[in-house]
Amino acid sequence: MYVAVKGGERAIDNAHAWLAEERRGDTGVAELSLAQIREQMSLAVNRVMAEGSLYDPDLAALAIKQSRGDLIEAIFLIRAYRTTLPRFGYSEAVNTGDMACDRRISATFKDAPGGQVLGPTFDYTHRLLDFKLAADGEAPEAPVADPRLEVTPHITEFLQGEDIIEREPSSEAVPGDLTREPMSFPAGRAVRLQSLARGDEGFILGMAYSTQRGYARNHAFVGELRIGKVPVEMEIPELGFAIEIGEVELTECETVNQFKGSKTVPPQFTRGYGLVFGQSERKSIAMALVDRALRWEELGEDNLGAAAQDEEFVLSHSDNIQATGFLEHIKLPHYVDFQSELELVRKLRREAQELAEEMAAREAAE
Amino acid sequence: MKTEISAPARKAWMSLLAQADEAELSRLWHAFNHSPDFDWLRPPEAGGVMVRGRMGGSGAPFNLGEMTVTRCALTLADGTVGHAYVQGRSKPKAEIAAKVDALMQTEAAQNLRQAVLEPLQQVQQARKEARAARAAATKVEFFTMVRGED
Repeated sequence: MYVAVKGGERAIDNAHAWLAEERRGDTGVAELSLAQIREQMSLAVNRVMAEGSLYDPDLAALAIKQSRGDLIEAIFLIRAYRTTLPRFGYSEAVNTGDMACDRRISATFKDAPGGQVLGPTFDYTHRLLDFKLAADGEAPEAPVADPRLEVTPHITEFLQGEDIIEREPSSEAVPGDLTREPMSFPAGRAVRLQSLARGDEGFILGMAYSTQRGYARNHAFVGELRIGKVPVEMEIPELGFAIEIGEVELTECETVNQFKGSKTVPPQFTRGYGLVFGQSERKSIAMALVDRALRWEELGEDNLGAAAQDEEFVLSHSDNIQATGFLEHIKLPHYVDFQSELELVRKLRREAQELAEEMAAREAAE
Repeated sequence: MKTEISAPARKAWMSLLAQADEAELSRLWHAFNHSPDFDWLRPPEAGGVMVRGRMGGSGAPFNLGEMTVTRCALTLADGTVGHAYVQGRSKPKAEIAAKVDALMQTEAAQNLRQAVLEPLQQVQQARKEARAARAAATKVEFFTMVRGED
């Protein structure tokens, strides 16, 4: 029950003033600039763009500063801002095959054309704190080699040559957009992917991990993981042709999964797909695993009753803004609700007491 | 004076302007030192474009998330129309891009290309190559260990 309450204005204003002061912290320490956050906290910026579902590094940096580094709060700010933007249209589907890859690895083919390019990765570091970073220092310069000029083909293309992996049916069907129509179930793969791409990294990671531990078991290989920039094209109505309206950094993961085959289809590999704004490797692998688990029905697999196979469960709980909104609202005043609960419990106790007294009196009389 | 413009040529310069670094574009434009009279057809406004991907990289499209874009349209005194759709939320960047788009359809095209577009293209290319060169240095060179059996 919601009832308007008055009386907190001064306390709220003062709380927000104190919040602003705490946000700034010790004024003896230099203030963070948005450029510093954008350049040096770039993976936090990427997460805010991915889950805020808006690619704009400067806005994400502002949101991180304003939220004091609480990334879910920052994502909330971006989502709220996003709703104020007029929608100019939809882009052409980006071609990740044209990606200028900063990183491109395959866990399945050692000698894939284009090679294994590690990029700026945390992999193979020792995860030991580097105290050199605690002191100011010059950034070391990364070594360079002859740049690759050709495009890097997708690994799955090689498997498709043998027909040993399922083909993605080509289609130009207009995909559903959950920012325009409320989600309904079954949602379909397009809306699932949109929802997973903006879903909470921790939740998607947990769901994906559950599939690895045996719930909706579906052994996945990372067929390919690539990170880099792709141009975004959009048809401009005034011109009658498409132009590039910008470029976005993306992380793409394609998994290769086992499939026994069926009466109509010979044994072949199946696919899971993850695509996320920014350098967001963990999220894109997790997304691909959950995408694959959710495809059980179309691939004729058994429903094992696992959470990761339950589309409604996954999609209804993956959005951290919806989740935190509902979760955190219970700390706001519920005085009237609670008053009625209190009355009810008192009444029940009174009745129980009366009943007990009545029983005792009857026993004494007998 | 308007000149005949091919769509691929216009697409190329509009795409270049959309992705240009604002500071770089602004510096080159002001160095070009040409401020034509114009009227707004549509003053700059920031908005969102929903970016699409494809399932498995090649299948059916899906909506990935939005990006910020600023657009505007203007007309020069001779009636030439310039459009801009540029990444981000900068109105000054969109305004410069639309002026360049309009002037590229006039006799100023040759000078403008040399003063603004070519340097922009070079900066963009150099930035891409610098990243590609770093990526290339992280390419794994496998070698097979000599085994002891024979």
